[in-house]
Amino acid sequence: MGPFGYLFVWFTLLLALCLQVMPLPDAWLIWRPDWLGVLLAYWCVATPQRVGVLHGFVLGVMLDLIEGAPLGQNALVMSLLAYLFLLLYQRFRVYSIWQQAVLVFILLGIAQLVEQWLRTIFGPVSVSLEFLLPALIGALLWPWLFTMMQVVRRRLGIA
Amino acid sequence: MRPIKPLFSYGPIPTYRMLLCAVLAFGLMFAEHRFSAVETARSHMTSVVAPIQWLVSLPSEGMRWGAMAVSDQQSLIDENGRLREQLLTLSNRVQRMASLTAQNVHLRELLNAPNPDDVPYITAELLSLDSDPFTQQMVIDRGRRDGAYVGQPVMDASGLIGQVVSVSAYTSRVLMVADANHAVPVEINRNGLRFIAQGTGQLDTLNIPSVPATADIREGDLLVTSGLGGRFPRGYPVARVSQVRPESSQTFMQVTAEPISQPERSRYFLLLFPPERPQDDTLDGAERMARAVIWPGDPGHPNANRIDEDALTAALTLIQAKEEE
Repeated sequence: MGPFGYLFVWFTLLLALCLQVMPLPDAWLIWRPDWLGVLLAYWCVATPQRVGVLHGFVLGVMLDLIEGAPLGQNALVMSLLAYLFLLLYQRFRVYSIWQQAVLVFILLGIAQLVEQWLRTIFGPVSVSLEFLLPALIGALLWPWLFTMMQVVRRRLGIA
Repeated sequence: MRPIKPLFSYGPIPTYRMLLCAVLAFGLMFAEHRFSAVETARSHMTSVVAPIQWLVSLPSEGMRWGAMAVSDQQSLIDENGRLREQLLTLSNRVQRMASLTAQNVHLRELLNAPNPDDVPYITAELLSLDSDPFTQQMVIDRGRRDGAYVGQPVMDASGLIGQVVSVSAYTSRVLMVADANHAVPVEINRNGLRFIAQGTGQLDTLNIPSVPATADIREGDLLVTSGLGGRFPRGYPVARVSQVRPESSQTFMQVTAEPISQPERSRYFLLLFPPERPQDDTLDGAERMARAVIWPGDPGHPNANRIDEDALTAALTLIQAKEEE
């Protein structure tokens, strides 16, 4: 992967970050898919030698700064997410696309759960199962996103 | 013999990197909790992501601009008429207010009671609402440069919005009353009974804990700030009681209230400078000076009840000059 490849990876990740923090009406916030998580997962699965835990950490810190969350909260969650996907990326190669989506849901769900735990450490929050919705919608988007990104990646020759 | 090439090349198992990141992340969280130096570092780092914040606010700005561009003349005329009407109503109310205030001052003088002062303020505009569904915060376009400080009360046109929780050079972050981390001391406007109004995490609900079953509180009661915490000035509307239910224990009641401010609709806010200043040194010297220039002003002064922008700028340049010496 040349410098162009890295540029493209960071471009898509930053785009996902923008989608993640795009202002939305209050009622829609909970329905926003976990864009950053899904994109990071894609790159970890597609190019596990290049994209990994440190990418997650940097993006997480940026998310913390934008959202005003305690510094390190999203950084931990995002690097954990990258780590989980790096552990399991070989399974993705043999799974069918919907099996992949289920696995993505489970891993994103774990990351969201850890995020909720961190929140409860830092102060009172209203807890409900709704926190799994971003993971669920992200997983439903996975087949389309994965197929599209594979096509784009092959065409650009990023390995 | 040549080794067989494995079917799957083993990628890096990045356990060490994960450990490093986890240690770093926990270190950051702990440091931010304990050391105030991280706060300043953070406000500098926030400037790095400011382009992203600006970028993501573009679509909604564009939508607003587009809506303005395509709205026809008739609707603009209608809106103009409505605003004029509102202006008339409000100025009428202000006139009555003036005479009532004068009367109030007079009566207080008769009673030898101290006069409550007007609270100076500056206006602020909304930059972005929080993108996180689990916290209620927003970012406004006034920062340390404008005299904003941590703990400063924020109002909209109808009631208390919340307080400033972090300040960078040109922006600050406001924690809303409805956030689960926020509580504000209130009293019932009707009879002065004092309670605490706690946020629940839902924008339209506040929780009033520990209300005795015998307390005189009804649905529709207006809750105003009591000024007891020393942070919010007294007498600003916070919420209206929406539900009073006896609890099974018979000793307390379950009371919920609905905030009066409309954070999801307002774009402009007031940052108040209440007279009881917090005693810590989070306060900016320039802001303190600007207040000394025109506040407490004589009632005859046209700007008696607000901070003069020019005075503030002058004070800031003075301070800067002094710091450079």
